[in-house]
Amino acid sequence: MKEEIIIAGFGGQGVLSMGKILAYSGLMQGQEVSWLPSYGPEQRGGTANATVILSDERISSPVLNSFDTAIVLNQPSLERFECKVKPGGTLIFDGNGFHKFPTRTDINVYRIDATEYAYANNASKTMNMIILGGLLKVRPIVKVENVLKGLKKSLPERHHHLLDMNEKAIHIGMDLIRKIN
Amino acid sequence: MSTEKKHNTEEVRLMKGNEAIAHAAIRCGCDGYFGYPITPQSEIMETLMDLEPWNTTGMVVLQAESETASINMVYGAAGCGKKAMTSSSSPGVSLMQEGISYMVGAELPCVIVNVMRGGPGLGTIQPSQADYFQTVKGGGHGDYKLITLAPASVQEMADFMVKSFDLAFKYRTPVMILADGIIGQMMEKVVLPPFTPRWTEEEIREQTPWATLGKTPDRKPNVINSLRLEAADMEKLNLVLQSRYREIEQKEVLFEEFECADADYIIVAFGITARICQKTVELARQKGIKAGLIRPITLYPFPTAQIKEYADKVKGMISVEMSAGQMIEDVRLAVNGKVPVEFYGRMGGIVPSPEEVLEALENKLIG
Amino acid sequence: MNIADIINPANLVMEKTKVMNDTPMHYCPGCSHGVVHKLIGEIIEEMDIQDKTIGIAPVGCAVFAYQYLDIDWQQAAHGRAPALATAVKRLLPDRYVFTYQGDGDLAAIGTAETIHAANRGENITIIFINNGIYGMTGGQMAPTTLQGMKSSTSPTGRDIPRNGFPLNITNLLAQLEGTCYVTRQSVHTVASVRKCKKAIQKGFENSMLNKGTSVIEIVSTCSSGWKMTPADSNDWMVENMFPAYPMGDLKNI
Ligand SMILES: Cc1ncc(C[n+]2csc(CCOP(=O)(O)OP(=O)(O)O)c2C)c(N)n1
Ligand code: SF4
Ligand SMILES: [Mg+2]
Repeated sequence: MKEEIIIAGFGGQGVLSMGKILAYSGLMQGQEVSWLPSYGPEQRGGTANATVILSDERISSPVLNSFDTAIVLNQPSLERFECKVKPGGTLIFDGNGFHKFPTRTDINVYRIDATEYAYANNASKTMNMIILGGLLKVRPIVKVENVLKGLKKSLPERHHHLLDMNEKAIHIGMDLIRKIN
Repeated sequence: MSTEKKHNTEEVRLMKGNEAIAHAAIRCGCDGYFGYPITPQSEIMETLMDLEPWNTTGMVVLQAESETASINMVYGAAGCGKKAMTSSSSPGVSLMQEGISYMVGAELPCVIVNVMRGGPGLGTIQPSQADYFQTVKGGGHGDYKLITLAPASVQEMADFMVKSFDLAFKYRTPVMILADGIIGQMMEKVVLPPFTPRWTEEEIREQTPWATLGKTPDRKPNVINSLRLEAADMEKLNLVLQSRYREIEQKEVLFEEFECADADYIIVAFGITARICQKTVELARQKGIKAGLIRPITLYPFPTAQIKEYADKVKGMISVEMSAGQMIEDVRLAVNGKVPVEFYGRMGGIVPSPEEVLEALENKLIG
Repeated sequence: MNIADIINPANLVMEKTKVMNDTPMHYCPGCSHGVVHKLIGEIIEEMDIQDKTIGIAPVGCAVFAYQYLDIDWQQAAHGRAPALATAVKRLLPDRYVFTYQGDGDLAAIGTAETIHAANRGENITIIFINNGIYGMTGGQMAPTTLQGMKSSTSPTGRDIPRNGFPLNITNLLAQLEGTCYVTRQSVHTVASVRKCKKAIQKGFENSMLNKGTSVIEIVSTCSSGWKMTPADSNDWMVENMFPAYPMGDLKNI
């Protein structure tokens, strides 16, 4: 198994931390992992992205130009990464604020309105977990239990009471995601 | 990659290359870190400040007022036989060149980490490998060489921290870990080196009898100095340094090969670019092109003999770098005109993709 | 009423200085840098010296100052602005030459350049944005970081035995024979902005009077580096920074 993923969106949307959680989950599952962030002032409100690779074998390049799965959370990221999904691959987008939508037909396109849900339910803190849940529904690359194990490892002890909330968010995301094409 | 070691008892962690440097420094018994913030390596000092090693191993961590100060603090610590280090990124390392030359002249060991970013000038904070010349060909004044290790993974960031101090003390020389923004910023699995205690004062006296620890009645004063006013004395020091460099060239070359045995074409690349090119080799082989990769791990001493050997076996080589072409000069010297040596690179912080390297290989070598 | 009705010369209350262009600023919301840029632009316009002013930009968050004010600029290496300004002013004595520097740039890596330019009494204006932190690189400790103040390289707060005392470099500069005007200002209220503008203007005027160096410190906020909202940052600054860096003139001759 090898999954090459890009997660992209605005700086504050938690794309880097979503990628980290995914990487930690892979670690818990005994996989090889790499997490490569965009870095620098970009993070201040601009567009940020993280490349995450989970693999059963040693990872050669952590830098990629095409992806099995792209998760795009804003318009510029859709424009930049839709064309970089491998044929047959997966594109997941949160439609909030989009005015142009994915057009490719040779890939599986999913929509998850996590921002809208989070806004309506006062759940902005777990928005990235909702999206991660959506991803795991359509691409079950890591087990939910390993995500929680990974979270436990990466979160400081004082935040461990938030684990339940995060687990719920994953299941909400699994229900929320819809196939578009 | 190949130098990956497993310390059975140690757990596998996930961390950034910069963080691995900090953890490994504490674990290998480093006595002092002196640095000044600069992207993309500020996490090294930030991690050290967070880990507070002064409470555990007694390691000193100090934020200096500039890189000029940092390297001179390292000079002072090293003069006392201490394991001292600094880290920075390209513009800061430029400021350190004077200090590095002085440390070579005074025969002082230390470790310098350069997490390279794009230049020249203030440049960009994006990754680059354009400080190869500065590092390998001697960025400061005078005839000197810096042992240079080029990590290609987070694991190697940790491992080379340990190795660099060993080499620095073995040859009484500054050692450079030449990384780049990607290796500094990316997270991978890593097994940290085991804890080794810092040297006691007795051990320092034994290992570095030249150190300024205070003159005892049984010896003459120790003086740490790079001044040799008499030309004959200066030449003598140079001869000592040069004979050390010959020994280093004999004994310390490190490199890695990937799919070279039957290769028609060889890519030479170091650091993160070698990881990218490993994927290029995979893609090339899927297309039926017999490509291989040589990754110099030590940039000085350079694996000249090893590359030379392949020059008789392949149809061509291509040096791939995040620069305008610097290491290629050393590859060409090794190949010595036997086969064509082409170049592909991106500059100013742009990272080449495995696909574009493959295209370059096909266009430039296969035609 | 539609937009066109509102954007009507009759409704004009305030105009942006023409010296400042329309490039969107990269500064975080609430950052003092933008306000000080505006003041410099206004002064240059009002003194009608756009063609006679040369700015020296630092390395720090204000590294892109040259993108926002339409004057000639030189961008210096980290800490070296006063050295560049020295040469520019000596070779072009009839120009207004100012440096614009942060606390890391002016009081850490550039301490030597700052002190020696001021000690030579270079006829330049030094505008010093003291936000007590390295904003640009992500919130590390600066020479002016207060005792106990947290930063990414002093995560438990600045500790005097380990990190030394906050450096009150403006006090130091006031003692040098070469300085003629040394003042500390802020831009967190309308009144303080007005006062600060007068101070910067005085600095610019001094530079033509052959009196020596003018230093205008502006005690500032960095909501990103301080990890506070802009409003909280202002309160925190008044409560904590002002006692350590009191407002007012330190020297005026
Ligand atoms: C030689 C060198 N060292 C380090 C850096 C990294 N660096 C860029 S800005 C900066 C500090 C900026 O802080 P300050 O001067 O206080 O400005 P602010 O961003 O807070 O306005 C540092 C350390 C650099 N560009 N060059
Ligand atoms: S980081 Fe601080 S100094 Fe820099 S723009 Fe943001 S608020 Fe201003
Ligand atoms: Mg500052």
